[in-house]
Amino acid sequence: MKTPLQIEFQQKALPTRLTSLAWVMIGAGAALAVAAWYVDGPRAAFNNVVMFMMLASIGIGSLFLISLEYVAGAVWSTPMRRVSEILAFIIPVTGVAALPMFLNLHDLFHWTHAEAVEADAILKGKSPYLNVTFFGIRFVATFAIWYLFYHFITRNSRKQDSTGDQLFTRRNIRLSAIFIPVFAVTVTFLAIDWIMSLEPHWFSTIFGVYYFSGTMLAALAAATIAIILLHENGYFGTLLRRDHFYSLGALMFAFVNFWAYIAFSQYLLIWYANLPEETFWMTRRWEGGWEFLSLALIVVHFVVPYVGLLAQEAKMNPRRLKIMAIWILFAHFIDLYWLVMPTHHESFFFGWMEVGFPLLSVGIVLLVFILRYRKTSLIPTGDPKLKRGLDFRL
Amino acid sequence: MQDARLYSLSAIFQTPDEIAHAAEQTVERGYTAFDVHSPYPLHGMPRAMGLKASKLGYVTLVFGLSGAALALFFMWWVNVIEYPLVIGGKPLFQLPAFIPVTFEVTVLMAAIFTVVGMLFVIFRFPNTSHQLHDTPYMKAVSSDKYGLTIQALDPLFDEERVREFLQDLGAVEIHRIQFDAEEIEARPRIFEPRFVTLLILVALLVGPSTYIILNHVLYMPPFDWMMEQQKINPQMKSELFADGFGMRSPVEGTVARGHLPYPFKGQPDLAGKFLVNPILPTESVLELGKKKYDTFCSPCHGNFGDGDSRLRGQFPNPPTLHSDKSRGWSDGMIFHVVTEGQNIMPSYASQIKERDRWAVVHYVRALLRAKHATEADLR
Ligand code: HEC
Repeated sequence: MKTPLQIEFQQKALPTRLTSLAWVMIGAGAALAVAAWYVDGPRAAFNNVVMFMMLASIGIGSLFLISLEYVAGAVWSTPMRRVSEILAFIIPVTGVAALPMFLNLHDLFHWTHAEAVEADAILKGKSPYLNVTFFGIRFVATFAIWYLFYHFITRNSRKQDSTGDQLFTRRNIRLSAIFIPVFAVTVTFLAIDWIMSLEPHWFSTIFGVYYFSGTMLAALAAATIAIILLHENGYFGTLLRRDHFYSLGALMFAFVNFWAYIAFSQYLLIWYANLPEETFWMTRRWEGGWEFLSLALIVVHFVVPYVGLLAQEAKMNPRRLKIMAIWILFAHFIDLYWLVMPTHHESFFFGWMEVGFPLLSVGIVLLVFILRYRKTSLIPTGDPKLKRGLDFRL
Repeated sequence: MQDARLYSLSAIFQTPDEIAHAAEQTVERGYTAFDVHSPYPLHGMPRAMGLKASKLGYVTLVFGLSGAALALFFMWWVNVIEYPLVIGGKPLFQLPAFIPVTFEVTVLMAAIFTVVGMLFVIFRFPNTSHQLHDTPYMKAVSSDKYGLTIQALDPLFDEERVREFLQDLGAVEIHRIQFDAEEIEARPRIFEPRFVTLLILVALLVGPSTYIILNHVLYMPPFDWMMEQQKINPQMKSELFADGFGMRSPVEGTVARGHLPYPFKGQPDLAGKFLVNPILPTESVLELGKKKYDTFCSPCHGNFGDGDSRLRGQFPNPPTLHSDKSRGWSDGMIFHVVTEGQNIMPSYASQIKERDRWAVVHYVRALLRAKHATEADLR
């Protein structure tokens, strides 16, 4: 069944200033990163892990949000889905951003040292999973799978623009339904491989879910920032209303609580059982200045966004929502920093080396957005759900 | 319906956009006594109607916070003050463990009192009558239509003009709602015989069945599966251990927290020589000593230590404490007898705390001295 194009939409081009800004950020960030790598290779590698996981969160989280929309049959997000589709293109870029880390595997992962594994019964037991070959296979497979899903889902969505064929929606629903369980497994692998195995003696069964809650927040926040900036500068015309922003805000609010719930669950179980093989990871983050970051995390990642998003007006007012979204993205960065960095050094550190990588990641996201934006229509004009999405009222 | 009075003109609209527009226009026209009805909450509506934020949120906030405070206070009181128990080597006030409970109680209190506040304060329960009840208008707006009601008591109300206004807004139907004053003003009677009978019947049914379930049914198979579990309760036999006891004693050499092992086991002479009463016989100490003595010692030794208790004749006679023998004893010696027991007198170490035992010793001394007061004591 074919439906005619539903709305007239004239896509505006992004200003070239933005492209320059992205390049400046990438240039400066990359320069700092390379310098850091020469000065202190291991430290740069740990920074790279934070950046890599941050980009992965946004990319894969966006793809998950898209598939969620298809599977749930949501209409409110349809007018804004393209923003997530554009952001999901970060997935292949993330794969590339991970490559420098393979030069420093030895500095990052204790389990890559054969003699250490030989002398350690626990690491020996884990070695069928934690070995460089399998690690590499998982890495390649994960990103290949994600890229394939990204490719097919967004291609179907774009094809629909010109034909308006309902068939593509049905195909994407099927793809999404397959993707969601695949995502659950792969994202758990990602979290275990790149964060948990930094301290290979430690384990937490909820860790995959913990990282997942962060990816959702990062992807939602990134999309919200982009959507509101585009809206404020007239790229969406008058298509979006308070009802759409409210829904974005409400979902973000829900995931703020979800994160707190999962983070607290993880902490409570470790604290209660009080087993040395689990608690050392927490005590590491309770010494040498890291305790202030641990406490700050509760405030930054939960208290502030909770209070900031609680009121109805905070979710409906685009300006306030934008500020909270930027804050949440920052909070996710702090979260990753807290997860990764204490392994590198037992006392707290933050210096110029830690500035370069976030700058680089913001630049990358911006540039990816600009480049993909040129190739895609900002509104899925052929989507049969679009009309209902635009008419969406709470 | 002769005494039917006009309540309102109520219009029905088809879409949420129309009703939002209609509400805005109504406000603009200056009508104040109006209301909007929809089958589900319309989030933009309070704004369109120019309503101030509902006060109900404050009820939720206040009761939510009180719930949190109540839960935290109660857990603190139980775990730190009233029944301090060290669990897993954790501090008595274990905040992380309290958080889930605090959260639950917060949500519970907030939710219950929001509903209660809504029912009793805003809806004025038990008043259940309303002019719009049982009207075709209400039936429509509680399934798939949106309604706007402008009341006749609005100062600007003029039937013809309101009707025109509603028609211009695009109303598909306009209802004239009338009501019977007597019916609306009738207050429900709480003590209506049928209602009271029902209450009594419910009580008659619920009371005995609860009693039977809790006291009998739960002990019958197959409902006794929670009573009869494959586990060893205190005081039960167990085939697992050679001695047949289900309860195990701690590993040898185990020392309880805050407890020093008694160093003069089986050595009354040394105890009498080296133990000194560490507390002073103040009034409160003597009172404590009397309380403990009356509780634990008087059944055998009598209220004043004469050995004339009600046990006399049924038990190898407990001796008087006023004998020359015990009067000559040091505090440490008496303490030793209470702690270790002597022949058929059992040990009281597990019933009376160490400090309290010393208080008892003071009290026994006072008893002895009272019976054998010298002239010097009178001064
Ligand atoms: C179950 C009854 C009973 C209770 C209760 C009891 N006693 Fe005794 N007590 C005796 C008996 C019997 C003797 C004599 C033991 C013996 O044959 O040496 C005795 C002996 C004594 C003696 C030594 C007296 C002597 O002449 O050898 C003292 C002192 C004493 N009790 C103090 C106490 C105190 C203080 C308490 C309260 C904590 C107490 N008793 C509770 C039965 C009891």
